[in-house]
Amino acid sequence: MTEGRALVVGASHAGVQVAAGLRQEGWAGEIVAVGDEPALPYQRPPLSKAYLAGKSSLEELAIRKAEFYDKHDISLVQGTVTQIDRAAQQVVLSDGTTMAYAGLALCTGGRARSLSVSGIDLSGIFYLRTFADVASIRAWAAPGHHAVIVGGGYIGLETAASLRALGLEVTVLEAAERVLERVTAPEVSSFYERVHRDAGVVIRTAALVKAMAGDDRVREVVLDGGERIPADLVIVGVGLVPNTELAADAGLLVEDGIVIDDLACTSDPRIVAAGDCASHRMARYDRLVRLESVPSAGEQAKTAAATLCGKERPIAALPWFWSDQYDLKLQIAGLNTGYDELVLSGDPTRDRDFTCYYLQQGRLLAADCVNRPRDFMKAKQVISRGLDVDRAQLKAARAS
Amino acid sequence: MSDVTFISHDGEKREAPLEEGASLMQIAVDNMVPGVDGDCGGEAACGTCHVIVDDQWVAEVGRSGPVEEEMLAMNPEREPASRLACQMRVSENWDGLVVRLPEFQM
Ligand SMILES: Cc1cc2nc3c(=O)[nH]c(=O)nc-3n(C[C@H](O)[C@H](O)[C@H](O)COP(=O)(O)OP(=O)(O)OC[C@H]3O[C@@H](n4cnc5c(N)ncnc54)[C@H](O)[C@@H]3O)c2cc1C
Ligand code: FES
Repeated sequence: MTEGRALVVGASHAGVQVAAGLRQEGWAGEIVAVGDEPALPYQRPPLSKAYLAGKSSLEELAIRKAEFYDKHDISLVQGTVTQIDRAAQQVVLSDGTTMAYAGLALCTGGRARSLSVSGIDLSGIFYLRTFADVASIRAWAAPGHHAVIVGGGYIGLETAASLRALGLEVTVLEAAERVLERVTAPEVSSFYERVHRDAGVVIRTAALVKAMAGDDRVREVVLDGGERIPADLVIVGVGLVPNTELAADAGLLVEDGIVIDDLACTSDPRIVAAGDCASHRMARYDRLVRLESVPSAGEQAKTAAATLCGKERPIAALPWFWSDQYDLKLQIAGLNTGYDELVLSGDPTRDRDFTCYYLQQGRLLAADCVNRPRDFMKAKQVISRGLDVDRAQLKAARAS
Repeated sequence: MSDVTFISHDGEKREAPLEEGASLMQIAVDNMVPGVDGDCGGEAACGTCHVIVDDQWVAEVGRSGPVEEEMLAMNPEREPASRLACQMRVSENWDGLVVRLPEFQM
């Protein structure tokens, strides 16, 4: 069934990879990717890194050059899909037009989670998910200004580093007891708190935001205890809400994300999904996992494309992630949920390179590698293949 | 126009037009060369753009730098002429360049 139109909803990391993958796997008919952002599909990770710091242009962020789409006969359509009619095999766009499909891929990603506190609509308060968000932040941010970042996750911390590079004063407010609480061990959190403090960032943990205050624009962030922190701009980075409404309205199974199996099929086997919007039942972890990462969006998208072309290419790659802050390149292999033992190579209280290994019943589950690409590559292999580990060897400085 | 040839592990050849200043990884993905993934978009963070430069071209193209070295060191398919394609900026002298692809990108 590779005739007719393959329709991809959402044209970012997952959507572009599905479209490219469809051609690669031999889809003979039309391929259309509908996306609602007014730009050639671009890479999101640099938004909080090089692009925010002014070190790259939007053009350089393009996932594929404009000619790519022409050359491989992939149509990009700017529009918003508002409804899926599964019975009629067509979607409805916000301007009322309908588009029939022979194959459908949902790659709708997610949107920034909003903070529901009073004053949140004041000007000078931003989220960070799209290039348009960054353009607004860059237009507003001036050297010497005080930026308050709400949320000490990867995006919040990367944003802190990039704003420091632009010459701003930066305070990070984290509601939990430590930054990166959901994703790393306390040792790694302490490390990042240290390097940010060394770079002049004020990090406040257990800081619950109660309100934003100001006049024609934001002036202060008010904490739960009543403390008022002056702010020229505020960036909210408190997580992501997957865009699943379209799928849910169409009656597809949604549990946090759109539920997909190893072949990226939703509860309707004729519809596939991939990326931040998808919850994958992963045998490796024996649960539904919704990942927010470019590599996983790409992996799921390749599978989704193959599935639409009638081929079997199960999602298999080990999840991994990276984050750049200052001179530090963090590479994470695997997911650490459920670890019962930590092994450290290097001293995160002192060094700028170390690896934190997460073990479960003596098996390697995951590794956070800071400026240790060798450890990362090694860990990826050990975890994927379920190889035995020798703690002394892990501990010894750097894989060899 | 100048071309680069990618030879898959099975010996299958794929030619793609070179574009000065682009990275070799970008050229591979823009031309859908199977066997080059480029998962991290060129950050030297993933290692899925591993190529092995043909012996004749090593002198012209150069060997891996320290960052690539770190990423490639643990790769079982690593060869002396291994490079990360995302770290290779195409130069006008590369017309006819030949690179081989490993069996697996990891
Ligand atoms: C600042 C920032 C930094 C990041 N850094 C990293 C990093 O270092 N490493 C990493 O691996 N990941 C990183 N990520 C996460 C990564 O960007 C996401 O995992 C990735 O973008 C997911 O791709 P996606 O295509 O699934 O979803 P998205 O990128 O969210 O794209 C979905 C697209 O679909 C569009 N859309 C949604 N609904 C509709 C509709 N109904 N009709 C039409 N269009 C629609 C959206 O507007 C959007 O353009 C970062 C994210 C951000 C925001
Ligand atoms: S594209 Fe990721 S290392 Fe080259």
